[in-house]
Amino acid sequence: MHTDGSLPVLTAKDFTTDQDVRWCPGCGDYSILAQVKKVLPTLGIPREKFVFVSGIGCSSRFPYYVETYGVHSIHGRAPAVATGIKAARPDLSVWVATGDGDGLSIGGNHLIHAIRRNVDMKILLFNNRIYGLTKGQYSPTSELGKKTKSSPFGTVDLPLNPITLSIGAEATFIARTLDADPKHMEYVIRRAAEHKGAAFMEIYQNCNVFNDGAFEYATVKDMRPDTTLYLEHGKPMIFGKNRDKGIRLNGLSPEIVQLGNGITEDDLLFHDEKMEEPTLAMMLARMRHPEFPEPMGVFRAVSHPTFDDLLTKQVDAATAKLGRGRLADLYDDGETWTVE
Amino acid sequence: MDTVKQRQVQNQELEEVSVRFCGDSGDGMQLVGTQFTNASAIFGNDVSTFPDFPAEIRAPAGTLAGVSGFQINFSSHDIHTPGDRVNALIAMNPAALKTNVKDVETGGIVIVNEDAFDKSDLQKAGYAVNPLDDGSLSKYQLYRVPIEKLNADALKDIAGEIGAKSVGRCKNFFALGIAAWLYNRPLQPTLDWINGKFGSKPTIADANTRALKAGYYYGETAELFPTRYKVAKAKLTPGKYRKITGNEALALGLVTAADLAQTPLLYASYPITPASDILHMLSGYKNYGIKTFQAEDEIAAVTAAIGASFAGVIGVTGTSGPGMALKTEALGLAVMTELPLVCVDVQRGGPSTGLPTKTEQADLLQAVVGRNGECPLCVIAARSPGDCFDMAIWAVRIATRFMVPVILLTDGYIGNGAEPWILPDPSKFEKIKINHPEKAENGDFHAYARDEFLARPWAVPGTKGLEHRIGGLEKENITGHISYDPQNHQFMIDLRAQKVANIAKILPPLEVDGPQSGDLLVLGWGGTYGSIYSAAERARAMGYNISNAHLQFMNPFPSNLGDVLKKFKKVLIPELNSGQLRKLIRAEFLIDAIGFNKVQGKPFLIAELLEKIIQHSEKR
Ligand code: SF4
Repeated sequence: MHTDGSLPVLTAKDFTTDQDVRWCPGCGDYSILAQVKKVLPTLGIPREKFVFVSGIGCSSRFPYYVETYGVHSIHGRAPAVATGIKAARPDLSVWVATGDGDGLSIGGNHLIHAIRRNVDMKILLFNNRIYGLTKGQYSPTSELGKKTKSSPFGTVDLPLNPITLSIGAEATFIARTLDADPKHMEYVIRRAAEHKGAAFMEIYQNCNVFNDGAFEYATVKDMRPDTTLYLEHGKPMIFGKNRDKGIRLNGLSPEIVQLGNGITEDDLLFHDEKMEEPTLAMMLARMRHPEFPEPMGVFRAVSHPTFDDLLTKQVDAATAKLGRGRLADLYDDGETWTVE
Repeated sequence: MDTVKQRQVQNQELEEVSVRFCGDSGDGMQLVGTQFTNASAIFGNDVSTFPDFPAEIRAPAGTLAGVSGFQINFSSHDIHTPGDRVNALIAMNPAALKTNVKDVETGGIVIVNEDAFDKSDLQKAGYAVNPLDDGSLSKYQLYRVPIEKLNADALKDIAGEIGAKSVGRCKNFFALGIAAWLYNRPLQPTLDWINGKFGSKPTIADANTRALKAGYYYGETAELFPTRYKVAKAKLTPGKYRKITGNEALALGLVTAADLAQTPLLYASYPITPASDILHMLSGYKNYGIKTFQAEDEIAAVTAAIGASFAGVIGVTGTSGPGMALKTEALGLAVMTELPLVCVDVQRGGPSTGLPTKTEQADLLQAVVGRNGECPLCVIAARSPGDCFDMAIWAVRIATRFMVPVILLTDGYIGNGAEPWILPDPSKFEKIKINHPEKAENGDFHAYARDEFLARPWAVPGTKGLEHRIGGLEKENITGHISYDPQNHQFMIDLRAQKVANIAKILPPLEVDGPQSGDLLVLGWGGTYGSIYSAAERARAMGYNISNAHLQFMNPFPSNLGDVLKKFKKVLIPELNSGQLRKLIRAEFLIDAIGFNKVQGKPFLIAELLEKIIQHSEKR
């Protein structure tokens, strides 16, 4: 803090550690790190109040590269560690860096429970559809039939959709972004940072060593307008290089329509991220390439009480009602008797 | 009333009595056992209890699997166990009789609820003929009491109001009334409890009161029992007492430790028998600065506790054997990140799901060595219900002073068992000093710098200038950065081991009861203290010149353990496992210790220990 009480002006550099970044050259993780470091100094939170927590995997090296407090924990458990931190210290800004293997496979249970409790933490899920650190086995988000080191004949596992999973867990903030669009990622990270509650972000991340081009359709610049749909709250769902295609509701299903010939923007679905009902978010989450453009942006941002707030309130209420506990009263409880 | 006056009931004074209530798990045996205990404790006896219940919440009524029992030992002197042999058994059905009667002393009292001995219940218990009629119980004083019928008679005025089902539910209080009369127990504590519990349902309170009194007066008027017993007050240390179970004491100890440390505590746990009571209790202590977190699983519980410790509060998790297994990897993380963490293991019968409601001491090796890599941490063990309080404070003291995880072992026997507990004076406790550095010494902060005990600094988030990252990868000495250097790895392995070894410097020495050197030392650890101590005392009273000592600090051991062991020709180690402490003692001290091992889900009997002691000693 400055002597005048204002926060010091921080820059991305203030969040850079003295550790060499050890991701492979060209890895999508660099872009995520850069955007996070861009957003953190602008949040008005002192640097020492941030805690980054991770599990195991390439993504989980993240805390070492951010000059704040950090825990590089064990495989899959970051959301649980983060829950403990937030429960203990609600004043901290708690972030989780995880991947599709760490967060959705070995740590799936912790992820859904941190989300359903609405613990105020920001979850960056780096989805590269592969196990990178263990050198190339298929992950829970790998496409069916994918050939990898551990699936030479192709996988026989149907993949998991991180967004539908988070909707099922009643996430209050859900967004998707991609490493190839730093501006959009910055926007999404900022929105997540400003959300109160569990903020879940799926980030398409290219692993150029073991799964290069997994999201090529969405990341190559001139394909992107036709393969992705950038969501904007209150706006019609329009996409395409010429912004001439839209998403319309047909019965209970989405369909792609060509604007013109009597079809106007008003016929399209309008995005509403604040809908309590998750139906729209679910429908958007299930729109997959190549049948549909894949939605990017904020799927859902609703306000629910957070776990840490409720816990703090309970402690405060109990203390207000009963007074701060004294040990002597603690012991002298229930039936007692005196021996002379 | 005249008949009562004329009756010649003999009054007999006893020093120590062990009574067991048993019945179907739906019969409320735990409740009446607890009430009988409270009445005895309030009366001024020393008490020790042993609740024994099935793993199934509601096994089919009347079956052997569904039998629930509660044993209480009360006496006019100091006691340490619930008693080997049962002096009086109250059995509510044939299944309860069948599973419990073998523990009754020859000539002991057996009171049965005769109404439950019908064809179907006999069959469910596996009796071909009614044991009440076939003479098989002739070595006991058998009393056949139609408890259900008598209870129903006593409540017939209000049966219309509360219904037959509620009337039937009161029969345990009728049984309690008989036992209370037989042993001259005061009714008032139970009446107070009934009124407190059913205050909002006066008819139910009335029904239970009537049942209790009816049972009591039945003893008085039925001329069934020739003798009525008295057990005088015990000469206990003066002071205010309450009854406490190990799980309760442990919870109170944790709250106390947080207070002594002036640091909040987070207890993260996943429900598991027999440790859940600790979570239940602590969740009610929000106004003491205690937060609880019922996690989604055992791993989340321990990792959340680690997160809390990193954030600067006292992180505690609690579980039992299977849960311990799940926490293994995270305990390694706590060792590597050198964070203060307390992990309570209320041991139960294993392996796997094992015997959830039965006691055992078979997690010792799991606690001491059961992790990947060279992964030393501190292991301590409570020896009695009340001792759980002190050991919980020790656990927090060690964890925060040495920046190390501490496993606190208790077991189902002391966790659920109760004894009188003198209310401590909080001002007498030594404070727990917590040091969260506020700035870097000489400019540079090093997360893995060391103090004189080799503890690293507990710098917490929110402290400007001390930002640092820790994790499960090997740490470079001093800086705490990731290091794959071979020499550094060796150095850190040795350093972590030395740090744990250093804990011994603040531990009290092991004390020996009886001669300080000689032929035989009986060495125990954890929850078997009561039986081992009692057996050793008896042996000494019989003229055997033997000694006993009891370990509470399992890793590191007290510094004088080696010297103590050397002073005896033979060391006998009784354990409720297949010889786990014996293995550690043999490995560390190269002593050919003798084992006495029992793994039946049951505590030691004093008699079997005594027999073993005698077998290994010479009379002087
Ligand atoms: S293996 Fe893949 S995900 Fe991991 S650092 Fe290299 S490129 Fe990135």
